[in-house]
Amino acid sequence: MTITIKFFALGRELVGKSELQKSYDESVTVGKVLEDLRAEYPRLAQMPSMLLAVNMEYSGEDTVLKDGDELAIIPPVSGG
Amino acid sequence: MNTNSILTRDEILRYSRHLILPEVGMSGQERLKSSRVLIVGAGGLGSPVAMYLAAAGVGTLGLVDFDTVDISNLQRQILHSESRVGQSKLESARERLQEINSHIQLNLHQGKLTSSNVKNIFQEYDIIIDGTDNFPTRYLINDASVFMGKPFIYGSIYRFSGQVTVFDVSRGPCYRCVYPEPPPPELVPSCAEGGVLGVLPGIIGTLQAIEAIKILLEIGDPLYGRLLMVDALSMKFHEIAIPPNPGCPLCGETPTINEFIDYEEFCGVPQTDNEQHEDEMTVHELRQLIDSGKQPTIIDVREPVEFEICRIPGATLIPLNELPAMIHQLHTAEDIVVYCHVGIRSRRAVNFLREMGFTRVKNLSGGIHAWATQIDPDMPVY
Ligand SMILES: [Zn+2]
Repeated sequence: MTITIKFFALGRELVGKSELQKSYDESVTVGKVLEDLRAEYPRLAQMPSMLLAVNMEYSGEDTVLKDGDELAIIPPVSGG
Repeated sequence: MNTNSILTRDEILRYSRHLILPEVGMSGQERLKSSRVLIVGAGGLGSPVAMYLAAAGVGTLGLVDFDTVDISNLQRQILHSESRVGQSKLESARERLQEINSHIQLNLHQGKLTSSNVKNIFQEYDIIIDGTDNFPTRYLINDASVFMGKPFIYGSIYRFSGQVTVFDVSRGPCYRCVYPEPPPPELVPSCAEGGVLGVLPGIIGTLQAIEAIKILLEIGDPLYGRLLMVDALSMKFHEIAIPPNPGCPLCGETPTINEFIDYEEFCGVPQTDNEQHEDEMTVHELRQLIDSGKQPTIIDVREPVEFEICRIPGATLIPLNELPAMIHQLHTAEDIVVYCHVGIRSRRAVNFLREMGFTRVKNLSGGIHAWATQIDPDMPVY
């Protein structure tokens, strides 16, 4: 199964792209995907709090992802 | 006839397009006149918020800011104008807002919002609007709003995207429910480092102003528990429901924050800037090295668009994100000086290079900004 991960705001700078896809052999939780992303992008791992959404619905790390799901990662923004 | 109205004849004429809206009417406009709204920050977001709320007839507007008007503000901070550069933002705002509406009361709170003055300032207002540009003040506003039971209209901007919501713990989450902890400061680019489209705060600020009017008039559905995200490049508006978080350290079931904290420390802002790193180099020292023919390898870790604006002669561009992949181009035996815009990204680069075994690497203090202001007056400053 394949899921799409979308990065918002500063998240784009931390991973160097606004969107990527990941494939898994079996179902995964949001937490597992985050763990993989943090290992791959150490700067993302430095963000202590991020808002997560699956298919633009608020999500915790326990949510189980299905094929085709879209995970949005939304770090806090401070500019004004 | 509304002979008892608190609105004068002049005001009735001025607000006539409001008065004929059933959702506003005389009573709504009178309510706006009796309302008190505080805007923290008279910058990109604060400008449209203050101008529209002044025009709409919010009777008392408070503004908090400590800063002066800089020419680089004018790209987005439409409260201010060329003739006000160098003056206090609040004085500049006063002139502009009084021109728009002389019927309203303006309270200018000159200075920074701090743990010690926040209660005294907030208690005079019904609604708090966040137009700040930094995490310590945002957390302070959130905590004070929760402690004092005030609705807090949040807005923030970054590059081409923005966020808006309304925090009120009697109706939804607080900011800490969503983001319990701020990111470390080295990951946070300011408007100066990250850039922002000048029109964007116009969108986000006007959305904040609309939410303020709705809350004051108790009409419509304010963004309680809904984070609205605006992306100007794709021109998409996304909404995410944000529920209260039972584990929130501030408004959750077992709160751990019961009073104001040290927000600068919480957000990891260095307490003193005068901590002298031995691997810092001043622009004058670099100039002397170049003049004496001992030019080091100069690495510019800014982005290509910044390199196009100006560069130190002889510098090689390696954007910070690309440094790990390009490190083979550098040699540990050579003297290396790294610079960026003001010295923050280059500090990260220097620390990274040191970890990778480079010992002869220095950070140019103050970055190319210092070079432009102290060494090369012909170089543009941005
Ligand atoms: Zn909370």
